[in-house]
Order: sequence, then C-alpha cells, then structure tokens
Amino acid sequence: MALPQHASRLERVWHWTYLVICGLIFFFLIAPIVVIIPLSFNAEPYFTFTREMLTFDPAGWSLRWYEALLGSDEWMSSIGNSFFIAITSTLIATTLGTLAALGLSRREMPLRALITAFLISPMIVPLIITAAALFAFYARVNLSQTYFAIIMSHVVLGAPFVVITVTAALSGFDNQLIRASQSLGANQTTTFFKVILPLLLPGIVAGALFAFITSLDEVVVVLFLAGPEQTPMTVRMFSGLREEISPTILALASILVALSVLLLATMEMIRRNTEKQRTGG
Amino acid sequence: MSSATATPSGQPLTTADGKPLKQALRAANGRARRNAMLLVLPLFAFLLITYTIPIVQMMTRSVQNPEIAAYLPKTTEAIGDWDKEGLPSEAVYSAMVEDLNDGGRSTIGRAAARLNAELPGARSTMMGSMRAADELAAPFKEGLIADDDEWGKPEIWKLIQRESRTITPAYYLRALDYEYNTDGEVVERPENLQVYRGIFWQTAWMSLLITSLTIILGYPIAYLLSNLPAKKANLLMILVLLPFWTSLLVRTSAWIVLLQQEGVVNDLLVLFNIVGDDGRVRLIYNRIGTIIAMTHILLPFMILPLYSVMKTIPPSLTRAARSMGATPLRAHLTVYFPLTIPGLAAGVLLVFILAIGYYITPALVGGESGVFISNLIADRMTGSLSQLRLALALATLLLVGVLVFYWLFNKLVGVDRLKFG
Repeated sequence: MALPQHASRLERVWHWTYLVICGLIFFFLIAPIVVIIPLSFNAEPYFTFTREMLTFDPAGWSLRWYEALLGSDEWMSSIGNSFFIAITSTLIATTLGTLAALGLSRREMPLRALITAFLISPMIVPLIITAAALFAFYARVNLSQTYFAIIMSHVVLGAPFVVITVTAALSGFDNQLIRASQSLGANQTTTFFKVILPLLLPGIVAGALFAFITSLDEVVVVLFLAGPEQTPMTVRMFSGLREEISPTILALASILVALSVLLLATMEMIRRNTEKQRTGG
Repeated sequence: MSSATATPSGQPLTTADGKPLKQALRAANGRARRNAMLLVLPLFAFLLITYTIPIVQMMTRSVQNPEIAAYLPKTTEAIGDWDKEGLPSEAVYSAMVEDLNDGGRSTIGRAAARLNAELPGARSTMMGSMRAADELAAPFKEGLIADDDEWGKPEIWKLIQRESRTITPAYYLRALDYEYNTDGEVVERPENLQVYRGIFWQTAWMSLLITSLTIILGYPIAYLLSNLPAKKANLLMILVLLPFWTSLLVRTSAWIVLLQQEGVVNDLLVLFNIVGDDGRVRLIYNRIGTIIAMTHILLPFMILPLYSVMKTIPPSLTRAARSMGATPLRAHLTVYFPLTIPGLAAGVLLVFILAIGYYITPALVGGESGVFISNLIADRMTGSLSQLRLALALATLLLVGVLVFYWLFNKLVGVDRLKFG
C-alpha cells in the first residue's frame, strides 16, 4: 500500500482519505466490543461512562457485576448447562463429521457433491426455520424440554463445520503417506491412528472449535427447545436483554469476549502449524 | 479396459489366486465404495432422522387440517355431498347432533376452536348446542335451529363443509394475507389485518440494504488487507476476526449499550454539541438499530470471502493497465473490480441469506418497526395449534424464498465458482 514516489497531489490526498476511511471502518468493527469491557466495571448501574470513571477515580470502578454474576446460582447453573450441552454435542458432531469427511474424500464415493450439499444444508437454512421444524418435531414425540433434543439439534448445527474443515484438511493430505505406512507393515488401524489422524488433527480441532462455539452461542433453537431446567446462558442473556438490562450481562459479555480472544488465538496457532507442516518448515 | 486385461495369447489375466483380474478389480472397487459409504452413513442417517424428517413434517403439517374430520366424523361424512344451496338436509343435522353427543368437552372444544378461528362466534354456538344436544329429538333440524339460530344460517355449514377437508391451503393464504370469505372464495384480508406480506417485503429490503452496507464498508477493508505486507495485514485481520468470533449476543448487547438514549453514542453527540441534551436521538428499538447492529454483525462475512479472492489477484495487472494510460479509477473499475466478483458474490450470498433469516438481533433492537419475518414466526410458534401451523407455513415460505434466491444466484453466478477462503 506504499505510495509511489511519483504520486500526484490528488493521489496523495486520496491515499490518505482512503486510509482514514479504513481506520473508521476498523473502529466501527472493534469499538463496540472493546467498549463493553470497561463499562462492565462501572460502579453504577449505568451503561455509560460516569464522571468518576473518566477521571479514573477508584470509586467509579468496581467488580460488583462480576460478583453478582459469579454469586448467582441461576447464572452459574445456566453457564454449566451451556457448557454441558456444547461439550456433549461437540463430541458427537466431531465424531460423525470426521467419519463423513473421511468417506467423502474417498475417490470411490458416489454422488459426492449431492451428499456433501445435503450434509452441510443445516448451515444454509435460516435458523428460525430449523427452530420451527425441530420445535414442532420434538413436541410431537414428547421430547421437547429435554437435554436430548437440545444436544441432537446442536449436533445438526455443528456437524457441517466439522465436515467442511476436515474435508479441507484432507484435500491437502498426501496419499503416498498411507502407502508408505502400509509398505512398512502397518495395518489399516495402525495407519489410521499413527499416520492419518495426527495429520488431520488440526482440521478436526478447528472443526470441533467451530461446533463448540456454534453450540455455546446458539440462541434461537434452544429458546424453543429448552425448559426451565436446561436453560443455557444464551437464553438467560436473551431474556435479560429483553426485559430489564442489568450490567451483570455486561460482565458475562466481557468474559465471553475474553473467551473469543482465546479461541481466536487457538485458531491462529492451528493455522500457523498447518502452514508450517505444508511448507515443510 | 478389456484389451488391457487379456494377454496376447487371449488368456485373461488373473490374480495370484486365479480370479480374473477384471473381476477382482471390480470387487475391490465395490469394497472401497462400500467402505466410503459406510463412513458417511452415520451422519447421513443422523441428519435424515433429526433434521430432514422435521423439515418435511413442518411442510406437511402446515397444510394439515385434521380437527373437523377427526372430531366431527359423522357430520364430515354427511355433509360431503351437500350442494351449498340453502340449508343442508336433515341427515346432516342429525349427524351433527350425534357428533355433539358422542364427543366430549375437549374434542368438541377443539373442533369449535378451529371453526371459531374462521368464523368468530362459532365456538359459543357449538359449545351451547353440545350441552343441549342430549335433549334434542327428531327432527333435529328444527331442534338445533331453535337452540341457536346460527344453525339456520348457511355460513356455518359452508364453513364446516370446507374445513372437513383434511388438507387446507388456509395457513398459506393467511401467511400471504389472504383468506376465505363466507362463500369459500379466496379474497384479500381487510387492510388493517394485513401483516405478513408487509413484513416479508420489509425483511427483503432491509436484508438488501444491510448487504449493500456491508459491501460499501467491506470492500475497502478487504482491499487494504490484501494489499498490505503480510505482517501488517495479519495484525489488522485480528480486528475483523475478533468480531467474527465474538458471540452474537455479546455484539447485540454492545449495541444496545452504545445506542441507548443515555448511552455512549448519544453522550458523544451531546458532548460535541451535535444534538442538545434534551434532543437525544432515538437510535435503537427501531429500524435504525436493526440496520446498524446487523451491518456490524454481518460485515466480517463480507470481508473474509472478498479478502481471500483479492489476495489471489496479481497487482501487476492494475500496474499494466496504468502503464497503458488508464487512470487509477479506470484501471480499478475495468481490470481489478471484475476479478473480485467471485468473492463479492460469495459475500452477498452469505450476508443476504444470513440476514433474511435473522431473529435475535431484530428481536432485541428492532422495536416494532425493525422486525423481520423470523420474529413473527417465533411469535406464532408458541400460540395455539392453529398458530403453530401458521408459523410452520410462514417458515416454509421463508425456506422456499431462500432456496429460490440460492437457485437464482446459482444460475447467475454459479455457486461452485464462489470462493469462501
């Protein structure tokens, strides 16, 4: 993006205007997320910066909303529910998705394009439609308001991500390695666990993370499927935001932002590792 | 193939254990095929049961109309060949009295509720006559009409005859703001009761507007990221990826906080004297709120595919155009821009399809003017059974809309040409 030496005045003006515009758009992208973090330490139940906060008066800052969050049985049990649902559905989605991706990448697989389209269709269909269909379905078989129904729906929503990431990882896979392993006397099982799986692991982990965050963050389907016992944190947050907003939600939101930073870092690490592997570094 | 499996002497090639090679190959291929299919099977079967069946059920239930046929079986049978002239025959009246006598409170109640949805007042007529039914004697026609003169009007009988069909387009008519009139013809609903068509249009144009906004904001960012040296680009990429990975609810709550009348944005506007303290702008719980928040939430879905396409465009192309005398603008529009279309198309597809089905953000920041069709579907879902069917009809219409859009898009751009990164 460097400006050439011979740039005209007009080009210079445009160049800098362009950079300022980009700066503003980046600000638009990031500022809303960053701003809630300091606001969650507000000593007052307001959603704006008080004079005390702006002058860095310690009296304006407090941990009371974090204490309210961590001290609330309701919040803690719904956070527990969220993690239980997300972990269980991720395990199932990752297993089913990885197996399917392995099958889809075989040369002998018939109707590959059609079946792939079917397997990833829950990603394309708007969530409210999935929610309506699953709500009516599980109500009819008397399974609504059960963990079973929620976990099954989250597997449906998470598995496509696993299929996509593992398929992508397999497309860069060198089949010679399988032959090499077999020529050295390894049987199919050994080859799978010692050669194929370790190389696919980054793709599988990325897919699992996608499935995990999809479940943890999902609101629409659980809103209709979860009963009072299964209420996950997203539903509690949603109804909290709808009724009266308490800064406790900002405390939870800040924790979730920290979680997404962690996730982003993990994903970046996976990406770098795969790149290193591919370039043989 | 056949010539390759035969030796010059005409003997077919065999494997070590004496099987013809061709056969052995076919067997091995079949085994590999079966293995591949077995790997796909678990997820395939799982989705079939827990996803496809519910979607198909949703479509079939949205046209089902079982109440009258199930709860008034004798009437349904008797009224089948009524010619809609005058009043039905004595046989129909007597069948109705039998049904009223046979059915318990709850079955007649459900049938009555179904009729009441189409003809207000029908419930009290039915429930009243149910209590009187066991004292009625032939002729039932006079008896029923004496009990409630509604039975002497053809409207209720026409309605019963129409609703005795177990399949009805009624919920789809309602979903498109049409209804049956008393003669059973399809007419538009009264203007003050029309809701759904308006919301369908609003959903479409707001999604279009949001998609356009993400193009306007996303294009420069993607261009900048793809032309910066890798180190700087990776650093700035975090600013796109962090919102992408941040919970939807977190981002929506951030906008609620920011856009409130006592929120940060209004505080800043007051601070810079753009508005007075008493003239704080209403930025949320209306259309503006939905548009701002959804543009923010969907922007990364535009930037990422655009970026992945732009990164593959060699900068020498625009330089060549410049050296041939093109102005920067012309070089960009005629050389660079057309090459970015696959990425742009992917972004448009993603953002538009995600936007059109959005529920959470409009529900939280949309107020009354900024709602999407999803919000109405959700509202109707937990009501009575007929409301659920209406919700399923609306959802099916939305699904058809998305599929049509997808199909059109595929025709125009080609989905397989898209690049997602």
